[in-house]
Parts: sequence; C-alpha cells; structure tokens
Amino acid sequence: MTKHLVKPYGDTLNDGKMQLSFSLPVSCDAFGKEAARVLLLQMGFSEPEITGMRNLNEGFTHFIAYASTSVAVDTAKIKVKVVDTPVMDMETTDAFVEEHIGRKITVVGACIESDAHTVGIDAIMNMKGYNHRYGLERYHSFNAVNMGAQVPSEELLAKARELKADAVLVSQVVTQKNIHIKNLTRLIELAEAEGLRSKMLFICGGPRISHELAIELGYDAGFGTGSYSTDVASFIAFTLARHV
Amino acid sequence: MLKLDLDNALVLRSREAAARITGAFAWLFDGYSTVAIERTVLRLMGIDGATKDGKPLPNVVVDHLVRHSGINRGAAVWVVNAMLAKNLNAQQVAEQVAQRKLKLTELPLAAPEKLLKVMQPITKNTLKRIKANRQLRDKKFAEYGPRRVPAIYVIVATGNIYEDVIQARAAAREGADIIAVIRSTAQSLLDYVPYGATTVGFGGTFATQENFRIMRAALDEVSAEEKRYISLTNYASGLCMPEIAALGALERLDLMLNDAMYGILFRDINPKRTLLDQYFARMINAYAGIEIQTGEDNYLTTSDAIDKAYTVTASQLINESFALMSGIKPEKMGLGHAHEIDPEIENSFSYELAHALLTKTLFPNSPVKYMPPTKFASGNIFKTHLMDAMFNFIGQLTGQGVQLLGMMTEAIHTPHLADRSLAIENAQYLFKAVKNLNEHLDLGPSSFVNTRANQVLRQAVEFLEKVADEGLFSAMAKGEFAEIKRPENGGKGLDGVFLRDQNYYNPFMESLKQELGL
Repeated sequence: MTKHLVKPYGDTLNDGKMQLSFSLPVSCDAFGKEAARVLLLQMGFSEPEITGMRNLNEGFTHFIAYASTSVAVDTAKIKVKVVDTPVMDMETTDAFVEEHIGRKITVVGACIESDAHTVGIDAIMNMKGYNHRYGLERYHSFNAVNMGAQVPSEELLAKARELKADAVLVSQVVTQKNIHIKNLTRLIELAEAEGLRSKMLFICGGPRISHELAIELGYDAGFGTGSYSTDVASFIAFTLARHV
Repeated sequence: MLKLDLDNALVLRSREAAARITGAFAWLFDGYSTVAIERTVLRLMGIDGATKDGKPLPNVVVDHLVRHSGINRGAAVWVVNAMLAKNLNAQQVAEQVAQRKLKLTELPLAAPEKLLKVMQPITKNTLKRIKANRQLRDKKFAEYGPRRVPAIYVIVATGNIYEDVIQARAAAREGADIIAVIRSTAQSLLDYVPYGATTVGFGGTFATQENFRIMRAALDEVSAEEKRYISLTNYASGLCMPEIAALGALERLDLMLNDAMYGILFRDINPKRTLLDQYFARMINAYAGIEIQTGEDNYLTTSDAIDKAYTVTASQLINESFALMSGIKPEKMGLGHAHEIDPEIENSFSYELAHALLTKTLFPNSPVKYMPPTKFASGNIFKTHLMDAMFNFIGQLTGQGVQLLGMMTEAIHTPHLADRSLAIENAQYLFKAVKNLNEHLDLGPSSFVNTRANQVLRQAVEFLEKVADEGLFSAMAKGEFAEIKRPENGGKGLDGVFLRDQNYYNPFMESLKQELGL
C-alpha cells in the first residue's frame, strides 16, 4: 500500500503549523510563558511561539500559541466506522418503508437515567424536528414514542417490550465524568439480560457519541453532532429492510 | 434614544389578561399545601441534618406526618406541640422522630394559644436572621456601589464545590458580578435537598445548604478584596422549590432562578404542586430581597424563536403577575428571554433587537435577564464566540439587567476556566464599545424593530386572553404552552399536594404575608 502522508497546513504545504490554546496553573509573566513554551517542546512541537497570554487569576494563565509539528498521518491507513446507509428525505423514507417493510416501524426513545436534556431526542423525534427536518413523529411510516427525560433504563425497556419496538433510541447529552458511557452500558447490559438486545435495533445519540463508540458499546449505530432525523430514520428503514 | 413605541392599549390588555389568569387560583393557594412547603417550614424552624443513610430530617418528619395522617394541619403544629409536651427544641423533636422514639400525632394537641406562644419567637428569630442578610447585602451595595448594567453573570459547574470556588473566584476577579452554581442534572426531580458539602455531581453541583455557605464565604472574601459585591445565585425550582428558597434566604444568596411554570412544562412536575410551591417560595424570596429570575429562554430552545416569540412575552407577564401576588417588587423580577434565532436567517439581529427591546420596554423597572445563544451554538467555537459578541452588543444597547454570558464552548462542555474568561473579555469589550450608542439612535414608528415588537405583543395579548378565558390548567393540558401537554392531575409530585385542614397553620406564611402586606 502506498503511503499518503499529510501534515497540518498553515500557509505552505507540510509546514505543520498548528494553533493551540490551553491554561496552566502558573503565573502570567515571563516565567509562565516559558513554562508554556517548554511544554510544547516536550510535546514534540518545534518553533513554539506563545502569541497570547492572559491572566486568569487565582494562579492560572491562559496561553494561545502556534507551533509546528513534524508528525504526519498516513491517510492510507485511516479506517473509520460510519453509518453507511444512504440518507433519504422523509417522503422517500415513507415510500421505502411501505415498499420494503409493509408496516409501520415502532421506535421508542428517551434520555435515560440522570440525563434531563431532551434537546437531542426532541430534535430527532418530535413532530417539528430540527433545522427543516421533521422529526420521526411526523413520518407516516413511523410510530414514534418519545418518553422524554430522566427515564430509567428499566422503564425504557419495558415500554420497548410492550410496544414490540423495532428500534430503541437513547440520547445522552450530559457527559461529565463519562456518565454517558455508564448509562449507555447499563442499558445495553439490561437489554441483554432481558433478552431484548437481539429483538430490536439499539441506537444512541448525543454530542459526544460517534458511530464507532456506539459499536464498541454494543449498539447498532451512533449519531453525533450534526445528525438529523433523516439520518436516523434512513438507517432504521434500511437496516430493518435488510432483515425482512 | 433607542425607544420602542408600544401600543399602550395592548400593554394594558396584556396585564389585565395575565391578572385574570393568575387571579383564578385563590382556591388553590388558600386551600392546599405541599410536602415541600411543610419541609420548608421545618427548615425555617431550625430543623437540619440527615439520617445515617442520607435522608434529611425535614423529610423524615414530613413523611412521618403523612404516614400518620397529620400533615393536613401543617407540620409546624405537630412539631411545636411535641416541643411543648417534651420540653425539646425543634431539632431534638426531629431527631427523636428519626430514632422512632416519638410519634408526633399521638401526643394530645395543646391549646392553640399555647402553641402560638412557642411558635412566635421561633418565627421571629428566623425572619430576623433573613432580614439581617437582606440588610447586609444592601449595606455592601451601598458601600461598594451598585451592580453594573447589564450585570455579568457566569456559571460554574464542576460538580465539586471546592473546585467551583476556584473558578468562581477567578471569574469574580475578572469582572463577573453574579456567579451561578449550576445544579447537578437530576436534582430538580429529587424530592429532598441533599445534605452537606458535595464533591461529585453531573453537569453541575448539588444545591445544599453547606455548598451555599461555602460559596457565599468565598465570594464575600473576593467582594472585600475587589470592592465589588459579588452576587450568588442558584435554582429555587423543581420539587424542592420553596426549600431551596429558604436555604438561599438563610445563607444570603442574592438571586434565584424561580419560574412559576418552568417545572410544569419542562420537567413534567405536577401543575398544582408547582404553583403552590412557587407561591410560598416567592414570598420567602421577596422577604429576603432575593432577585428572582424566570426561565422563558426554555420556550425558545424547544420552539422556533421567531414564530413563538410571543410565548416568551406571555410567560413573562404571567410570571410577573404571580410574583406580584407573592410580594415581589418589579425591581426584583429578572424576567427572562433569550437570543436564540437561527443565525442563518437574514436580519436575525433585527429580530433579536426587537425582542430584547420589547422585554426591556414592557418591564422598565425590572432587571430583565438575557440568555445567550445555545441552540445554534456548535462545536465551531470561533463562530459561537462571534454570536456571543452580537448577543452582548444587544445586551448593552437595550440595557438588559443581567447578561448571562454565552460561552464559546456552550455546545461542548461545562465551561473551562479559560472559556469563561474569554466570555467575560468579550462582554467587557462590547459593553465598553457601545456604552452610550443607544443615546444616538432613534427608531421610526414604522421601522421593522418597532413593528415587530408590537406584533409580538399583540400575539401575546391574544394568546393570554384566550388562556384567561379557558383557564391556565386547561390551556396547559391542551399543550398550548411550549407545545407540551401537561394535565392538571399528571406529572411528578402530585402525591405531595394535600388539602389543608380547617385548622391548618403555617406560621411562616402568615408572618410573611403580614410583613409583605399581602
């Protein structure tokens, strides 16, 4: 395989220029500035230049820096797991489901456990959707049930079982101390213990969620920032159609 | 001078409709109480602490009274009765109940005048402490000078109160006027207030009396050094709304997020529970001189900020009317709104300007609270920082009371130290740059900004009149607020609402009504 090495680009190919910004618990003076510069050298950067330095008080200083890296990445070796189903608009998805599945798809969604932030699940599921894309509730081919915020995993699974759901959607917005990983793991473990895991699709979403992370946690798909109802609906429709 | 020409008839109609909506709840306020209100009374009587497994003593006593069918008379009556019979103080009574040594409802009730004699000094002492806090705050503002307009409001949210202190002190030194300690994400639905200092939280730090005390002490230190009174705020909302208000009053918080309807619409808390809790919570806030802030920004994060702009205005007017019923003065009402229009829309800035000016003009004496872009904030921190600058521009131009600063990392994480600092730098630059610009600008009566503001007001009036005709609970049940259906007997916390006995007594509500002239 031929190598294809790339380096960060400032204004000349392979100059390796990067823009950095960080804070250190040091004083805002020549001493602090040198500490920041040495840190960048130790990180392997060359020509580190501290271009901005701001006193954050309480013994902290914020640095803005430019530096060059000699590290290059071989793009020939990059592999990413992405959702590979095509994305259809609402009308096309409705028609696709009618043709290939021939019944309504039932989806149950919630923000689970301690998470009270419904922005994500609402954008995907609620009638009005987000940014000119209607939510699943608006789709003729979907029966969408949004259980809202702070739903215990047990309740979500009970509802999914009751409705014989085709897919479970879980949103996790709060990620402090990796609480989202704990919550998502708990749900999937419960689903396996209850024998539901193989009966329906499990999909998670949130600002810190990638498809790769979702697969690692045992989900069928993950949708991060910038995903819309159309992405989720298309994935569900295509994946279910494959199994029909 | 940048000034709106609002249709006066519409302004009058809007307030009449709001008063009709809130005036329809005498049956609720005079006939019912809640477990949260009773726990608040116990806290104000000096009951504090928790059992070994973490159950707060006010909960222990109230649950005990619910179990033994005594709660309908009010918790104070039983506790005072036990104090009298057993020669104990309130705290000792609560401890004995927790140790199952005492069954409050088994003691014969003493004559009302005997109970009153024990109760009165307790009530008086607590109110004295709260009043002293209010006076100390007033004295500090007199000494250091008033808060800047708009005030710079930033949040800290590490989950660890001691880490929060470092961030709050740094922010205060950089120019923040108000520090908000964001609560842990699940706290609004806890039916108790956790006890003690806490170091673990999710998306925020638990609101506890000890955490309040720790942060207040830290900010007092910085205030003295900076010669600027730094205000502290938290959230009197959720299932413990009046309890948090009481703790804030006791520990000299200066502001409280305290909305009459937020819990119902956005946390699915029972409507009756919320209205009762806010009624009492706001009396406490009023007496403590605590500035309330309302949560209208939430309407715009769930609905379109242009189409549904009128829901913000309508909610502000309802919030104002409920607040007046609890004795809160307009200068302590931080009615809320937000800068949430899609930046891709042409002339979004003109819309934002019209909406911000409408709020300021409708409530000229209120320190209205302006919330930053969040819905269209993205991982592109550079763009978000720019949107925050436009937001700060409007804040200064229209003289908002409190500017809740946007963070460029809004869509990514709870703010890092440098994020907050850059936000303050952004605000200070804009505030200075356009300081007196409004004096040199005029709006024509047919200008877009003027027309748009009147249009939003008209929509709000029509909506409020419709709600007044059908009743607030019925309108909420039909989903007319925030496109969410909230039935009167649905939602969390309904089992904590109870009908008062005809001999019900709440010593603090009675005294506060008297003090506030209600």
